[in-house]
Amino acid sequence: MRKFISVFAALMMVFLCSAPLGLTTVASAKDYSDLVGTEINVYNWGEYISDGAEDTMDVNKEFEKLTGIKVNYTTYDSNENMYNKIKGGGANYDIIIPSDYMIERMIGEGLLEKIDFSNIPNYSNILDEYKNLYFDPANEYSVPYNVGMVGLIYNTKMVEETPDSWGIMWDENYSGQILMFNNPRDAFGITQCYLGIDLNTTNSDDWHRAYDKLKEQKPLVSSYVMDDVYNKMESGEAAMCAYYAGDYLSMKANNPDLAFVYPKEGTNIFVDSACIPVGCQNKTGAELYINFLLSGEVALANAEYICYASPNKAVVNNPDYSLKDEKILYPEPEDMPKTQYYHNLSPELLMLMTSLWDNLKIEGNDDVSIYIGLISFTAICVVYAGYRFVRKKKREKMY
Amino acid sequence: MKNKSALTQKLCASPHIVWSAIFIVVPLIMVLYYAFTDANGAFTFENILRLGDYTTTFLRSIWYGIVATVICLIIAYPLAYIIAQSKARVQSTMVMLVMIPMWMNFLLRTYAWMTLLEDNGVINGIITKLGFDGVHMINTSGAVILGMVYNFLPYMILPIYTVMTKLDRSLIEAAQDLGANKVCVIKDVVFPSTLSGVVSGITMVFVPSVSTFYISQKLGGGSFALIGDIIEMQFQVSNNFNFGAALSLVLMVLILICMAVMNRFGDDENAAGGMMI
Repeated sequence: MRKFISVFAALMMVFLCSAPLGLTTVASAKDYSDLVGTEINVYNWGEYISDGAEDTMDVNKEFEKLTGIKVNYTTYDSNENMYNKIKGGGANYDIIIPSDYMIERMIGEGLLEKIDFSNIPNYSNILDEYKNLYFDPANEYSVPYNVGMVGLIYNTKMVEETPDSWGIMWDENYSGQILMFNNPRDAFGITQCYLGIDLNTTNSDDWHRAYDKLKEQKPLVSSYVMDDVYNKMESGEAAMCAYYAGDYLSMKANNPDLAFVYPKEGTNIFVDSACIPVGCQNKTGAELYINFLLSGEVALANAEYICYASPNKAVVNNPDYSLKDEKILYPEPEDMPKTQYYHNLSPELLMLMTSLWDNLKIEGNDDVSIYIGLISFTAICVVYAGYRFVRKKKREKMY
Repeated sequence: MKNKSALTQKLCASPHIVWSAIFIVVPLIMVLYYAFTDANGAFTFENILRLGDYTTTFLRSIWYGIVATVICLIIAYPLAYIIAQSKARVQSTMVMLVMIPMWMNFLLRTYAWMTLLEDNGVINGIITKLGFDGVHMINTSGAVILGMVYNFLPYMILPIYTVMTKLDRSLIEAAQDLGANKVCVIKDVVFPSTLSGVVSGITMVFVPSVSTFYISQKLGGGSFALIGDIIEMQFQVSNNFNFGAALSLVLMVLILICMAVMNRFGDDENAAGGMMI
């Protein structure tokens, strides 16, 4: 009896909480009361959910309040990082949010579970253009979360011209003021765009050509960065960088001198989608969470917070959505740059790409001084050891 | 009775032995296993043979480690001496000042240096305010070494200081009575008897400096890699555990060699010198 009351109370709370928020949530046809008190482990990109800062909605807390399911939330900073965790099998996650090419790879390796869409009625909110994408043609494994493109961000105080090409990142006039991606896929990606090479080329010569171009750029690069890009662009430490469009909007809020362009050579487009990895412990709970992310109000809060383009009808058609006229996120069809998705690369190509990237990174301009330094240090040590040896012998003679 | 105390000893030591076995020996064996196998688990030397391409990176890491260690030693030794010679209250305050930065997270401290050293950063801001030209500091090898020295300096000061406080003052007085001048006292009395502290200080600075990756990424701009960066990349980006293990293995061997060479120096100088590895 007591158990019944507590479940009843929990359900009442669900309704009481949902009423003022107006959330279209847990599908009413099904009974999920047995999930109250369970947990889900969510593994997401850093800074990729509305977390309650500055009066925004705390999505995880609202979900807990609504369903009684506890959310354990952890973050990662690259697809590869997340993949290694899942592949290694050391941790159990119920929700992950990989990008397109990584979803393709994980489906291929059997690392994702098929999603039960009967638990996700809000899937109807997803725009048709983000259904049946190449990595999940039958919409079985993934639910789009955010969409974005890579573009060129530059500081108008430091760059006089109005760039329209990736070529400016190879311009010697900006030596020491260029920031480059510190991950191989994106760094090779923009180089390939610039050279007019397919992003998913299987020709190893193409990869070597891109590598040569990156090597040519290296002396001009101030630093290879990921999240540090915010700091460096906002403070005017660097003149330009290639980064994700949504993040430009966050940077611009802190430094109005920044401008953005999609270079004419084209760029990469990506879709980050929620997926359920194999080994998940609470699949229904995970599906409820995905459903929750898709509900109009939550998706709006996330879209406002993250500043990426949303694949959600309830967001883009919402008159209150402050970014809906932002042309960088939602370009007019005629302004839409040429875009390509990343596809999963074969193991051989992945190996080639990462070893080229290694080579790019290990080259320094101080090689000679290292050798001189080490040799002179060894020489000093040897001389000192010799001196000590001689002195010791002398002393032994004396006594 | 004797047996009983031996048993107690064993019992007391057993948690540590179990701990070492699980968290030191087993991982080392796993590193060995991965280093000599390929992705399918077959035995191979390929990982080790590939290492030749990374010679410069290894040497760069070791060179930076040596430079950072020498600078730390030059700063720390006189400082430890001064602290040890001062009054008890001053002493505890100064040791406190050395320790306080260690309460803060290592990553945060390195990140803070980024802000300080940048072209538009705090230091350059002051320099240009004073009417001088700004100095380019971030993303240079100097910045990386500065980061190492800053972060690992306490590990050099504290062991030397500990040995110095135990230094018998009567030895110094005896040397003075026998007519030794100041230089002579420091060279022949103080330094030899504090050598054990110096050796452990060097170990505690050199090893983390050689294998660091975060400092070189943040202060070096990622444009030249240290061996720690390459190892990190094998695990985080390339998903090539085998090659990463081979790199780690060789790094460990190199560090062991460096330490062994250094111990020989410390060893025959003074029998009281502590052994560290």
